[in-house]
Amino acid sequence: MATKTSRKHSLADAALIPLDWTEERSGLVGYTKWFLFRKVPHDISWAQTLGAASLTAFIVQATTGVFLAMYYKPDPSNAYSSIQNITEELTLGWLVRGMHKWGASVFIILMFLHMARVFLFGAYKYPRELNWILGALILVSGMAEGFTGYLLPWDNTAYWATVVGININATGPFVGPFLAQFLQGGLMIGPDTLPKFYALHMLVLPGAIMALIGLHLYLVVRLGVTSPPWSKTAAGRERGPEAGAREGLIREPATEGDSA
Amino acid sequence: MGAGQLPAGGVRGGFLVDTGRARAVESRTGARDGENPRVNDEHDTHDLPGPSLWPIGFAIGVACVLIGLVISIPVLIVGAVVALVFGFLWVRDLFVSRPVTAAAAGLPDVAPVATEADLGDNVDRATFLSLATIGVSGLIGAGVTLPALGFGVLPSFMGEGVDTFDVDLGPISNFPEGQYVIATYLESPEQGEVSRRTAFIRNNGRTDDGVPSFTTIFSRCAHLGCPVQPNGPIDEEAKKDVNGVELRPVLAASFGCPCHGGLYDSEGNRMAGPPVRSLDRYEFSIKDGNLVLGRLFSVGTVQGVGASAKIMKYYKAYPGVHVDGIERWLYPIPTPGSTS
Repeated sequence: MATKTSRKHSLADAALIPLDWTEERSGLVGYTKWFLFRKVPHDISWAQTLGAASLTAFIVQATTGVFLAMYYKPDPSNAYSSIQNITEELTLGWLVRGMHKWGASVFIILMFLHMARVFLFGAYKYPRELNWILGALILVSGMAEGFTGYLLPWDNTAYWATVVGININATGPFVGPFLAQFLQGGLMIGPDTLPKFYALHMLVLPGAIMALIGLHLYLVVRLGVTSPPWSKTAAGRERGPEAGAREGLIREPATEGDSA
Repeated sequence: MGAGQLPAGGVRGGFLVDTGRARAVESRTGARDGENPRVNDEHDTHDLPGPSLWPIGFAIGVACVLIGLVISIPVLIVGAVVALVFGFLWVRDLFVSRPVTAAAAGLPDVAPVATEADLGDNVDRATFLSLATIGVSGLIGAGVTLPALGFGVLPSFMGEGVDTFDVDLGPISNFPEGQYVIATYLESPEQGEVSRRTAFIRNNGRTDDGVPSFTTIFSRCAHLGCPVQPNGPIDEEAKKDVNGVELRPVLAASFGCPCHGGLYDSEGNRMAGPPVRSLDRYEFSIKDGNLVLGRLFSVGTVQGVGASAKIMKYYKAYPGVHVDGIERWLYPIPTPGSTS
């Protein structure tokens, strides 16, 4: 019995000592706990997992995209054949490309479902308006990812769909023609268009989305998860002094009527 | 502005030694507080600079720079000068009106207490240093960011990459009079397949003045740029390859777009569907008996047929962009490379 206890202790030490060491020097363990171990309303459901699902879909896109970028050649004479090489020749290339291609739609669909949940639950209301705006920016960036990524296979569908997409941009009043000229680097799609779309697709837009997701998650942790509109309990938390003149808990939609 | 309201003797006889403080005495804030000299002993009172027109001028200058980048270099230079001058005035204004403690301390009934003055001085120095740090960091950041951003964006707005190449379609004898020929060619062999274009060419014989006349229609739809197809049988048997240019005669009385159903008549005028103008055309010339296609231009409408047609010619506009009618005011600035 005694030996079992001491072994347990030494096992716990083996796990805890590196954690304590890290925590003492960085505070990262505390931040991780702050991020992950949060209080949530007791009556949340699967509906509140759509945001995490969208995040997972984005991580899938980022991961598969990194490895596709190792084999894709973004110039007009090699792009199509390099995609064929990925799909037909390379081991598991068909799978990773398929995950990226179909995962793109999954990402967009999940973002829309997540947005519908937030809208229908009233989770965009005070104090979460800013997070709605950030989410809308993520959605727009995600759709820009879809637009720029669609050209990369460089087949006829990709080419003509992008011709139409760019020319839709060109019909915008005042700035439209300049936007189109920027996107294709000339009056029509040319040799510079594909690398430009590639750079936007794998550097600019993912960077923007990652930064926006970081802010989005920070606000989720700071403001907490909303309980559903039919909730009977006040799943709020005390307002800090930063809330200014407003009093009471940071309220959830269900308690708006009760406390008024 | 308010220097005259201050008892000058007290100020000069006090502990004001450097020019920074001397300016402070003459500041608006100092003048306003002259009646109640102790009010600014509270160091946490926030003194905002007075209203100023400089930021507005600065903003106008920046706007001129941005517009100038698109339109013309002189506008850019004027804008840069305006922005610099007003920016300088603005910054000077901010620094001049900031310090306040010395103004109060300089009055006759206030004993010149050195510690208080030093404290005020220190706060100012700290503020100055942090502002300077932020300013210098901003300048360094701008020095890195602006060129990169300019390189990323500006080439598209300076008419780079919009070069069009003249294309030789071969002897005009290959174009039977009164019949359309589908000409498919590479505009630039160096750029490869991405520059493949299709034109619909019809030999109209000669105009009344005896000048050779060709109808030279560009295949891209005036709606959103899809490839328009001639509605009629293509004579594949008579297909010719002239120096890489593929020529296929076609019996076409109209053109249709497969994407969204745009329909054009034999002159390229819109008959039905979403297009906002007629099909674009090429300028053309005849060199050594060969038909040479030049730059593209956009067409409002075509009146008449063939050699006697009257063509409303405009600069090359993007598909979907109006070139005539009231809607053209939505697109006031032609994109670089489109004017001819």
